[in-house]
Amino acid sequence: MTLLLILILMPFITGIIVYFIKNNPARRLIWLLVAIAHVILTIKAAYFTQYLLAEQWIGMDSLSALFLSLTSFLFFLVTIYGIGYVSREPAEQRPDSETGGLLHNAPESVFTGSMLIFLASMTLAILSRHLGLQWVAIETTTLASAPLIYYHQNRRSLEAAWKYLILCSVGIAIALMGIFFIGLSLPQGVHDITLLDLLQNAGKLNHKWLELAFVLMLVGYGTKMGLAPMHNWLPDAHSEAPSPVSALLSGALLNCAFLGILRIQQVFYAAGIASFGQDLLLLFGLISIGTAAIFLLGQTDYKRMLAYSSVEHMGILTLGMGIGGLGVFGSLLQMINHSIVKVILFLTAGNIHSKFHTKNASDVKGLSKVMPVTAGLWFVGFLAIVGSPPFGIFVSEFTILRAAILKHLWVAAILFSLFLVIAFIGITNVILPMIFGPAKMRRRRETFVTLISAIILAVLALNMGLWIPGWLDEVIRRAAVLLEGGMN
Amino acid sequence: MNTICIILILSCLFILGSSRPRVAIRVVAIQGIFLGMLPIVRSLHSLSLAILILAFSGILFKGIVLPLLMQTVVKQTGIQRETDPIVPFSASILIGVVLLGLSVWISTQMSLPERVSLLNTVSAMFLILVGLFLMITRRKALMQTLAYLVMENGVYALGVSISLDFPLIVELGILLDVFVGVFIMGNMLFHLDREFQHTDVDRFTELVETNKLNESGEVKP
Repeated sequence: MTLLLILILMPFITGIIVYFIKNNPARRLIWLLVAIAHVILTIKAAYFTQYLLAEQWIGMDSLSALFLSLTSFLFFLVTIYGIGYVSREPAEQRPDSETGGLLHNAPESVFTGSMLIFLASMTLAILSRHLGLQWVAIETTTLASAPLIYYHQNRRSLEAAWKYLILCSVGIAIALMGIFFIGLSLPQGVHDITLLDLLQNAGKLNHKWLELAFVLMLVGYGTKMGLAPMHNWLPDAHSEAPSPVSALLSGALLNCAFLGILRIQQVFYAAGIASFGQDLLLLFGLISIGTAAIFLLGQTDYKRMLAYSSVEHMGILTLGMGIGGLGVFGSLLQMINHSIVKVILFLTAGNIHSKFHTKNASDVKGLSKVMPVTAGLWFVGFLAIVGSPPFGIFVSEFTILRAAILKHLWVAAILFSLFLVIAFIGITNVILPMIFGPAKMRRRRETFVTLISAIILAVLALNMGLWIPGWLDEVIRRAAVLLEGGMN
Repeated sequence: MNTICIILILSCLFILGSSRPRVAIRVVAIQGIFLGMLPIVRSLHSLSLAILILAFSGILFKGIVLPLLMQTVVKQTGIQRETDPIVPFSASILIGVVLLGLSVWISTQMSLPERVSLLNTVSAMFLILVGLFLMITRRKALMQTLAYLVMENGVYALGVSISLDFPLIVELGILLDVFVGVFIMGNMLFHLDREFQHTDVDRFTELVETNKLNESGEVKP
């Protein structure tokens, strides 16, 4: 319990402290140290500590162990990249390459502070076992990440951040309505909506209110997760945010909103009405994959392309949950793979943007000659995200497809494969022309700090496709069992 | 308690018809104060310290601090009155009456348990619907912030009417989130005003979907 509190409070308090530190190197050092400490403590809490079932407000179970390990590890890698990123950003005003106006970054202390508070709120969202507390945490992630999105303070990023803040806040307010309705479903004598209360009294919950709550929470958290048709903010925010922020939004934040939906689905499994939730999840999943696939076709902006690909993959996660059974395992595996690959792609996109100063894919040519290592990573990321065989996403997408066929959901299986093909065409058309073709610029030296995180993740992505380590397989399996009504 | 609910409903109708940001902010402030009193009035016989803390921090944040902050934003950015909303003010009030009917209908259809007051639920639903309506039909970013606050007030009132006993820390967390949210929106209004020289949300058009298919006319948007 103390350990978990430290996990939440450490980044929160240091996040507030760094806001007042004037010295840049000191602030960056604190950022790095907190990220390292967070990884170590997460490993200790998730794998070397007994889970306590009786914990009321915050606690660890195998589902949160899985989510927290992923979030903490990705945050650490993004930190390495991010420190390099902020130190390269000039402090003075300069011309904006995209709108023609002037661009003046927010102070670096605001950036670092928001980053750490963002980590704290994601940790709380993952660890909270009270649905109200989880709501508070997820709303805090929105508030902490909004200043990160408009770090550049130009028109485009302000517009994106405004849209993000308004849409997500409204969406999340709707989710809060849903949480209140869960309160109405409680039987006599139960007053609080901790996960423990809900799971122990699952048989006695009023189904009518529970179902209404599910719909509201799916719409609310679905907005935050980027499910179509509520995904409107996502392409703007993810493409306008600085690249390390986009990487975290896609790789870590969307998962937290997904966990919000999973928790209520967990209650549904326990209450024996999981099929109601599954049908809705299946529907939203397919709509999201389809919408994203259509927008991926003919996309001209490579960061927007990555954002739509996130919508697509969030749809795949939801679809897997909707299928149930083997699909639950596939969905959790897909979540890990997607996070890894999407962080590679966004970090690499940041490198490309810092050289070419454009997000327009057709203006980027001959990447393999200008920045060979970045081009290699971009290509690996491309192969992985479209689901080519040696990489992890192939395995998890195939698992979900197989789950659909096993359950005789033929329409879902056919639509899923069709959308994947469309998305494949869209992504290929953007990425391949960028890598090949004649170079207009001279070759550029690539710095180690901008590459190392993506290289580590690329090795992992390949590894996840060839051989999933035993302990990870065990954690995913236990999380899937937990979701479907098991204990711990 | 019923009086408070009626005041909440009336304040919404007032906001629907007001074009001046300062007036609208003042009405939202009054709404926040009465909303803060709602939990005290509801449990007048079983008053606890937690409820008092919650009520007073609610009044402080929603009734005093946030409105003052918004007034400062209006003063410093010189945001003009909402001249040309997408739905005219008189029509807005009429739609407000329709929304009121809708929220009565929803609340009666929900077949709520005995302990839940019907009027309280109606007013909560009405606040939520009016908040959403304002969000869609007003052009000024400031009015969208107010709309968010009205909607959030509605969700809060719904929580009070259902009388769910959340732990104090969660309740305060919700309140703090709303506060910080509106605070950040207010801060962004400054930046928006500086960059765009206006705060009309429908004229934020930097991020239009540029799709090859749209440009060549193969797929109509």
